[in-house]
Amino acid sequence: MKSLFKLLSIIIIIIASNSYSLAAEKSEYLKTDWSFKGLFGKFDRASLQRGYQVYTEVCASCHSMKYLSYRNLAEPGGPEFSEVQAKAIAASFEVTDGPNSDGEMFTRPGKLSDKFVMPYDNVKAAQAANGGAYPPDMSVLVKARGGGVDYIYSLLQGYEEAPSNVSLDDGVYYNKYMYGNKIRMAAPLSDGLVEYGDGTNATVEQMSKDVTTFLMWSAEPHLEARHQMGFKAIVYLIILTVLVYFSMKKIWSRVESEV
Amino acid sequence: MSEHDYRPKSKVGQWFNDRLPLLTLANHLTDYPTPKNLNYWWTFGGILTFCLITQIVTGLTLAMHYIAHADMAFESVEHIMRDVNYGWLIRYIHANGASMFFLAVYIHIFRSLFYGSYKSPREIIWILGIIIYLLMMAAAFMGYVLPWGQMSFWGATVITNLFSAIPLVGEGIVTWLWGGYSVDNPTLTRFFTLHYLIPFLILGLVVLHIWALHVPGNNNPVGIDIKKPSKDTVPFHPYIVIKDGFALLMFMIVFAFFVFYAPNILGHADNYIEANPMVTPAHIVPEWYLLPFYAILRSVPDKLLGVVAMLSAILILAVLPWLDTSKIRSAVFRPLYKQFYWILVADVLILGYVGAMPAEGLYLLIARVATAYYFLHFLVILPVLGFKEKTLPVPLSITEPVLGGSPNLAAARNKESKIE
Repeated sequence: MKSLFKLLSIIIIIIASNSYSLAAEKSEYLKTDWSFKGLFGKFDRASLQRGYQVYTEVCASCHSMKYLSYRNLAEPGGPEFSEVQAKAIAASFEVTDGPNSDGEMFTRPGKLSDKFVMPYDNVKAAQAANGGAYPPDMSVLVKARGGGVDYIYSLLQGYEEAPSNVSLDDGVYYNKYMYGNKIRMAAPLSDGLVEYGDGTNATVEQMSKDVTTFLMWSAEPHLEARHQMGFKAIVYLIILTVLVYFSMKKIWSRVESEV
Repeated sequence: MSEHDYRPKSKVGQWFNDRLPLLTLANHLTDYPTPKNLNYWWTFGGILTFCLITQIVTGLTLAMHYIAHADMAFESVEHIMRDVNYGWLIRYIHANGASMFFLAVYIHIFRSLFYGSYKSPREIIWILGIIIYLLMMAAAFMGYVLPWGQMSFWGATVITNLFSAIPLVGEGIVTWLWGGYSVDNPTLTRFFTLHYLIPFLILGLVVLHIWALHVPGNNNPVGIDIKKPSKDTVPFHPYIVIKDGFALLMFMIVFAFFVFYAPNILGHADNYIEANPMVTPAHIVPEWYLLPFYAILRSVPDKLLGVVAMLSAILILAVLPWLDTSKIRSAVFRPLYKQFYWILVADVLILGYVGAMPAEGLYLLIARVATAYYFLHFLVILPVLGFKEKTLPVPLSITEPVLGGSPNLAAARNKESKIE
C-alpha cells in the first residue's frame, strides 16, 4: 500500500504542478466565472442564445463557422433554440444549392441540415477583404488558442490606445492580450452594438462573455454530456475500486503477505 | 501442479487439448507461480496490456470514420467530435490513452531499472520491451500526425527531416519517406497505414514479451531467484489477477479524469488549427512523452550527431544488461545505485522539462549537462558501480524479509535491535 500512495502522490504532484503552471499562464487574462467549468459545469442557455446573436450579427460578417450546422442550434446541450426558431434562423440565410436538372446553381433559403453559411467564398476572398489577414474559422477557435476562453474573453476587451513607443501600420490595432500586441481586427464590440431580446444590457463585457460562451459550445458541443458521463463514470469506478479492494484483502488474507 | 501433467477433466476437453493445447496454456496462465512480494510497481504490466487493447479498440472505431486525406482529415476529426455517436468519447479516450500508455510504460521501465529486472536471465524480455517502446514511439508520432493540425504537420516535417542528416543518402530518404518533396497527402496516407499496422506488431511482441517472462518467472522486489512453485509464490489467479485489477481501476480513475475533465490539457492548442504549410508555428514541440529525447536531440549543435545522440539514448537501453556489471538485481541492496537511480530519474524529468522550452540560453546549457549525465550514468557509473559498490546482505528467500515486515532485511533488523 505504501508504494501505491507514493505512486498516487507522484501523479497528483504532476497534475497539480501542471495545473499550477497553466493557472500561472492564465492569471494575466481577465477573469470571469464560466458556468461550464468544473465537475458539473453546464452552459448558460440564455448566454449561449445571446452569444449566437453576437456571433451572427457581428462576428459572422468576417468569421466563418464551417463545422456547425443550423440543426446544432436546436440540439440538447447547446443554445437549445426551439426547432421552429432554428428553422427560422436557417431560413434567414441564402444557401447556394445545385446543380438542378438544368445544370444551373440556384439559391434557396437555408434548412436545418445546412452548414453555417460562410461569409466569403474562399480564403483568398477573405484575405482580400481584410487587408491580407485571414479571419480564422471560429468552430474550434477556443481550443486552438493557448489561453482558451479566458484569452478570447480578454482579447475582445483588450483594445487600447497604443503606447507611444509602438507604431502601428494602417489597419493594425493595439490589443494588450494579443500575441505581439498587434492585431488586424478592429475592436469588434462597442456598448449597445446589439440589442438583446431578453433585455440584458449589451455592454462590451457582457457581449464578450456571451460570445465566448457560444464559442466554447461550438468547439465542444458535447461538453455537458461529457461532464455528466464523467461524473457517473468516476463514481462508478470509485465504488468498484473499493469493492475490489476489499475482495483483494479477503483473498490475500489466505497468504501471510501484505498487499 | 506442474503444467506438463495437466489434463482437462472432460472428454471433449481432452480431445480438443490433445489436438491444440489451449487448455494447457490457460491452465499455465492461471496457475503461473508469481512471487508473493510483488509490489504495486509490478501492476503496470497488466495496465499496459489494458492500454494497448483500449488503443486498438478505440483506434479501430475511429478508423471507421476518419478520412486519411490532406483536405479532409481535419474535417473528418471534427465530424467524429460532433456527429458520430459518442465520437468525442472515443477520440478523447484514444488521444489521452496514448499519454496514459506512455505514463504507464515509463513507470514500467523505471521499475525494471530500480529492481534490476533487465539482468540475467531476463535480457530477452528487456530487449523485447525496448523494441515495443520504440514501436510505441513510432505509432504515437504517426498518430499525432493524423488529425492534420498545425503541430501534426510541422512535427512530421521536423522529425522526418532528421533523416536528411544521414550523409549522401539523407535527402533521398526524406523524399522517399514523404512520398514527394514535402509533407503532403502521400505522407499522411502512409502514416495512417503504418499507424494502423504498428499496434498489431506491438501486440505480437507483447505475446513474446510475456512468453519470455514466463520462462524464468517474475523478478521481485528482493531481486533473488526463487523456487517455483514454493511458499514464496502464489498462483497468478486469483492473487495477482485481483491485485492487478485493483491497480488498473485506480489507473482508470486517473485516465477518466483526463478524458472527461481535461481532455485537451496534454495536447497542444495549435493542433486545433488545420495544417498550413505556409505558416510555421512559433514553437514546434512534440508530445510530452517524447520531450526528453527531443531535448537530447537539440542539445547537440551538429544535426547528424544530434540524431545519433537521440537514437543512442534509446538504444543504449538495449545493452543495459551488459553495462550494469553488478550481480545484485534489486536497488534495495545497492545503497549507491539507489542514489544514482534517483538522480537518473531527476535527470530524465529535467530533460523533459527543457525539451518543452526554447533551446537557448540557460535551457540549452541545462539540456547539455543533463544529456551528458544521461550517457555518463549508463556508460561510466553503471559499469564501475558493479565493481566498487559494497552491497547489503541479500536474504535467501522472500519469506524471510516478508516476515520481517520489510523487503529490506537489514533495515528491518536494525529497527528490531533499536526496539530492544
